[in-house]
Amino acid sequence: METGTSRVKKGMAEMQKGGVIMDVMNAEQAKIAEAAGASAVMALERVPSDIRAAGGVARMADPTIVEEVMKVVSIPVMAKARIGHFVEAKILESMGVDYIDESEVLTPADEVFHINKKDFTVPFVCGARDLGEALRRIGEGASMIRTKGEPGTGNIVEAVRHMRMMMSQIRKVQGMSKDELMAEAKNLGAPYELLLQVHETGKLPVVNFAAGGVATPADAALMMHLGSDGVFVGSGIFKSDNPEKFAKAIVEATTHYTDYAHIAEISKNLGTPMKGIEISKLPAAERMQERGW
Amino acid sequence: MKIGILALQGAVAEHIRMIEKAGGEGVSVKRPEQLRELQGIIIPGGESTTIGKLMRTYGFIDALREFHKQGNPVFGTCAGLIVIAKEIAGQPEAHLELMDIKVARNAFGRQRESFETDLEVKGIADDVRAVFIRAPLIEAVGAGVEVLSSYKGQIVAAQQGSLLATSFHPELTDDHRIHGYFLDMVKKAHQS
Repeated sequence: METGTSRVKKGMAEMQKGGVIMDVMNAEQAKIAEAAGASAVMALERVPSDIRAAGGVARMADPTIVEEVMKVVSIPVMAKARIGHFVEAKILESMGVDYIDESEVLTPADEVFHINKKDFTVPFVCGARDLGEALRRIGEGASMIRTKGEPGTGNIVEAVRHMRMMMSQIRKVQGMSKDELMAEAKNLGAPYELLLQVHETGKLPVVNFAAGGVATPADAALMMHLGSDGVFVGSGIFKSDNPEKFAKAIVEATTHYTDYAHIAEISKNLGTPMKGIEISKLPAAERMQERGW
Repeated sequence: MKIGILALQGAVAEHIRMIEKAGGEGVSVKRPEQLRELQGIIIPGGESTTIGKLMRTYGFIDALREFHKQGNPVFGTCAGLIVIAKEIAGQPEAHLELMDIKVARNAFGRQRESFETDLEVKGIADDVRAVFIRAPLIEAVGAGVEVLSSYKGQIVAAQQGSLLATSFHPELTDDHRIHGYFLDMVKKAHQS
């Protein structure tokens, strides 16, 4: 009997496919998310848009909040640790959190190194903007990838950019001849063995979700079309007018992303989505996607 | 043999791959109308609460009960096992209520307690690699249910006529013998 094997950790992400993972800040929101059909929740002290507004250093959530959420839902509970902060990650693991997000939404704790994720029984999800970044994180032991997008903006444009970039790079690598792969590995800054896997299978070696800007059911469906295995919705749900309805509609749009008439139906009278931010108005220093290396 | 994989949420592609390796045809099923062209269905692993909710929203509860009543076999893995069970411990309401078993959700604990091991599965092999992810257990079985496998004295695979259920994920390995066994069940069901 073996726990924490690569298959067990990656398999857990496989079970999330086609699902929506929702940010929640307390037990009440967690229950709303579960009732709406979320496949997991991310327990946080503040959603990304509030972190953005508050400024200062953003850290791992208070364990009380995470525990409170774990107590009230039966679906998996994820939580965020700062990039490189392996002690925050060990704390979350000791609490029995089901998945850790080493996240650029929080202020990085290390400007050079990410967490050695192979050192944990609990699986990790990490953000990436392109194939090289995704494969570096997988090389460190991430069992799931998500596009970074631009968290807390309610603007899908960056998530689209990152997913399109990753998919086009995967297609390019798949079409290369084997003797071009080492140079491409150097070019992308990606581990050769993982790049070889992408070349042979035409896909990432782990599940890949979309994150960072999903605000409407149509946004979720768009990301599924672009090749996401599922979506993370951060501020989009509990910053909207009617979280219950919004959450349910995003779950349905993710399952039936090709059924446009159905998405039209569930998008009716949803109320106002979260207020978005135009990316060009966002100073470079406030872009969370630049965090992580 | 055309086998559907219920594709509302969860690991669908892996089951399609295994069914095809075992010599069948696998299709993803998102609408009840699709059941008409199938000879059997797999309810995959995923989150049972999510799958159960979407099944209700899209009219799959009655449709799948009818599909099974017509003699078509149903195979549930992990969340799928929970979905086909008659009773779920600690929950007032079950989903399809097809199989005479009582299941406990997340019976081994949280994700850090998830594991893999080799198991003997009756009628299939004595060395099946079984991957358990936040897995359920079968706490009790009715008279017509045959236990196919146990782990540390607790039931993790069972069959009742044309219903097959495992707590673990055969689709996460390269071993398609359990899917082959299910295809044989489908073949037999449609011969008689």
